[in-house]
Amino acid sequence: MGDLIDKVSIIISKGSLEGVYPGLIMANGARAEGIEANLFFTFFGLDAIHAKRIEHIKVATVGNPGMHMATLVGALPGMSGIATHLMERKMSALDIPPVHEFIEMISDTGAGLYACKASVDMFGFTKDDFISQVQDIITVGEFYEKAAGGQIIFT
Amino acid sequence: MSTATYDGVSVEVNDEGFFERPAQWTEAMAIELARHEGIDPLTDQHWKVINFMRAEYFAKGTGPTVRALGKTSGVSVKELYQLFPKGPAKTAAKIAGIPKPRGCI
Repeated sequence: MGDLIDKVSIIISKGSLEGVYPGLIMANGARAEGIEANLFFTFFGLDAIHAKRIEHIKVATVGNPGMHMATLVGALPGMSGIATHLMERKMSALDIPPVHEFIEMISDTGAGLYACKASVDMFGFTKDDFISQVQDIITVGEFYEKAAGGQIIFT
Repeated sequence: MSTATYDGVSVEVNDEGFFERPAQWTEAMAIELARHEGIDPLTDQHWKVINFMRAEYFAKGTGPTVRALGKTSGVSVKELYQLFPKGPAKTAAKIAGIPKPRGCI
């Protein structure tokens, strides 16, 4: 393979829409190139594999200068929902699937999906709280074992 | 641009080996192209994907993404990766003699 990348392990640590998608796109893109890929969900990133919360991933409209919106406006009730709706429509037009469908598809590509044990314990979750595509709840040490021989990307 | 010879015929390919002129492609070449990609033999399911890729390319000017393939070709994403382990859209495009699809999804 020379200097080509042949394995990546991608960590998703944020639970906002803009925090979740980049890691998913990179994992899916890696598989499309024939690159082995693992996804490791930690902290609020766990929302992206939480069976109930996965349907409610939202864009952050407060504390997000990229939204080009006054903080007080972003804090208005329902603003995050509106921004999320608009962004989802744009992504749908570009053929980017919703989070739940995207994660199922990534699992179908053969990528591994794992939850971080420390975060799972902290939030009081169990494996039953997650979507069925999650293979296991693993420790940091186990993550490094799985990531051995490849690149690690933190998002 | 360079040339490669498949089934005894010289064809134009790019640096990555994708066909520059899909019209130069023949089914006999596909068998040889697949062997280069480590796929031997080409099963009916492989052909289903290859023919679908070509039809999409000639209809839309670009090959489909893996997601589009999974939704419309009749072959699931899971099976696509079993058929083409090194990346379905990319590998199938190469075997089908069409340019590499450039989508991010």
